[in-house]
Amino acid sequence: MLEVRNLHVQVDDKEILKGLNITVAPGEVHSIMGPNGSGKSTLAQVLAGKETYEVTEGEITFQGKDLIDLEPEERACEGIFLAFQYPVEIPGVANTYLLREALNAKREYWNEKPLKHVEFAKLAREKMRELGIDEDLLKRSVNTGFSGGEKKRNEVFQMQILEPRLSVLDETDSGLDIDALKIVANGVNSMRGTERSFIVITHYQRLLNYIVPDFVHVMVDGKIVKSGGKELAQELEEKGYAGF
Amino acid sequence: MAIVFDGTRESYVEGLSEFLGSGRNTLPEWVTDLRREAISGFGNTGFPMLSDEEWRFTNLDVLRRTSFSIVGNGISDVSEKTVDSYGFSGLSCVRLVFVNGRFASPPSDELRDEEGVIATSLSKAACEYSDLVRNHLARYADYEKDPFISLNTSYFEDGVFIYVPDGVVFEKPVHVLYISTDEGQPMFVNPRNLIVVGQSSGAKVVEHYVSTSQNVYFSNVVTEVVCGENANLEHYRLEFESQKAFNFSTLRVNQRKNSNIASHSVLCGGALVRNNIHPVLAGEGCNSDIYGLFMSEGRQHMDNFMRVEHASPHCDSRQFYNGVLDGRSKGVFHGRIMVHEGAEKTDAKQTNRNLLLSDMAQIDTKPQLEIYNDDVKCTHGATIGQMDEEALFYLCSRGIPMRKAKIIMLRAFTNETLENMSISSIRDALEDSVMQWFERRLENGSGR
Repeated sequence: MLEVRNLHVQVDDKEILKGLNITVAPGEVHSIMGPNGSGKSTLAQVLAGKETYEVTEGEITFQGKDLIDLEPEERACEGIFLAFQYPVEIPGVANTYLLREALNAKREYWNEKPLKHVEFAKLAREKMRELGIDEDLLKRSVNTGFSGGEKKRNEVFQMQILEPRLSVLDETDSGLDIDALKIVANGVNSMRGTERSFIVITHYQRLLNYIVPDFVHVMVDGKIVKSGGKELAQELEEKGYAGF
Repeated sequence: MAIVFDGTRESYVEGLSEFLGSGRNTLPEWVTDLRREAISGFGNTGFPMLSDEEWRFTNLDVLRRTSFSIVGNGISDVSEKTVDSYGFSGLSCVRLVFVNGRFASPPSDELRDEEGVIATSLSKAACEYSDLVRNHLARYADYEKDPFISLNTSYFEDGVFIYVPDGVVFEKPVHVLYISTDEGQPMFVNPRNLIVVGQSSGAKVVEHYVSTSQNVYFSNVVTEVVCGENANLEHYRLEFESQKAFNFSTLRVNQRKNSNIASHSVLCGGALVRNNIHPVLAGEGCNSDIYGLFMSEGRQHMDNFMRVEHASPHCDSRQFYNGVLDGRSKGVFHGRIMVHEGAEKTDAKQTNRNLLLSDMAQIDTKPQLEIYNDDVKCTHGATIGQMDEEALFYLCSRGIPMRKAKIIMLRAFTNETLENMSISSIRDALEDSVMQWFERRLENGSGR
């Protein structure tokens, strides 16, 4: 599904990713762990297409397509979703409006008819109930005045509506209490299937008790330095990153 | 026969006798006296200079260089279909139409209803309801000190007169349409409006300035409003003049005890625009909500001059102006709040936010507080910025194309002011106009 080969990325002439490789097959959940500043969030933003990150070398292929040439919106329509570490507040734009526009943009991309208001409302209500989100959140401006937990839940809610093939969760667990964490994890787990993949970026092993990964990667200084199964996360929790 | 002004101070002063003898002055004798008195104001000042603090961001040299004339017979060539095209779909309203400053009887709906509400032309009202007009006309707008009010008072031919008696809430909006047409030479037009809302009454008035051509002309508007005790007025000023026009206007409001006004200005047309909003909160417990949205492109220049005068205790005022500037256009927001000595417990707030869509666009924003009382709360804030890159990326990362994302962001910005309009059909129509304007900007490669 996703193949990243020898990826070098720089920001303001400073190299952040220094030859990163990762392969994600359909249905797999990969977790990327690593110390602050190792480039985890950069990888997430590069996958989503953030312009300020310059790819200087290497390639990214998503479902056989060269991702680097695609605009952020094209990547989204192709099935990539980034759950932001810091979801952006957009005053004056209703959450429901953003979501309906997003969903219909994706449907248009695939030559499908746009969803009618009623159909969309029904779908949204269903997903909200599953995530324990107050309906009032739909009417509110995107992330504006949301608590930390509400923002993260809203990301997962968007993910559920948009049904991406590859979801990149950038520290979606940070700042969540245990109840919110379980809700977020359930939201992810309910979407797991043979065709859908996830990259879960986290600092803490705690999340991985709820979203059990197939692979765990350790990222240090812009590269993946060690990969293993879920037991690697436990090992990191005990020993830290000092050994890398 | 045309009365020509060559741009000099003398031409505007001396033109008055020609105007008075031309048969264009259809108002009663007492107005003639008023005109003679008023022109001396302009005679003393002429057009303001940049050295004048109130005009320091707006250069009027072009007015001094351009000839204008009072010309034409008004209603000549505007079809009912054209007039209808400026309407708001789904809005039931009273419509009054002025063409080149003169009243167009059909297709206007003059009104004198059983409750005593009057909506007609000022020139007619000055004859038919002489006392009512005389009690208020030129009592508020200062023709001695303000050169544009002086010119308007001297040369106005017509405008709207609206009267709502005590205790009547008139729900139907009055849509006043001012149409400028091509008269072959740059016109000088002076619409003069008088709105009197009685005690515990209510009204909604929409002043709407449009043009059937893209010509140069000088539209110099004065509107005086008396808002009676405990009355409510919602006033709209929609400026969609020709892109080459000069539009200068003053909204002068006199608010009595416990009255409320909401002023909505939307400026889109005009080469050089000056928008003066001047409410005086004269009685206790008044409330003024002043909203504005200005959008400029090319070399348009839009100057918004607020003068909110708190003259009595326990009054609240809110100014909320948003600007969107593209091309090499310039905007000005000058927000003066004056709190008089006796006006304790004043609560005055002012916000001006600006979105610059190009590197060459410019905005000068200047708050000015003059406070002669210790027991007041006055706040002001201004922001100038571009579209939020992070927010655009967030929208695009959800699959929304960049162009659409920009439109969404602009809509959110402009709605901060438009959403305060209570007449939904007008709000919707304006939202569409704003979007069409922005789509054109995007097609021209702007709107970063």
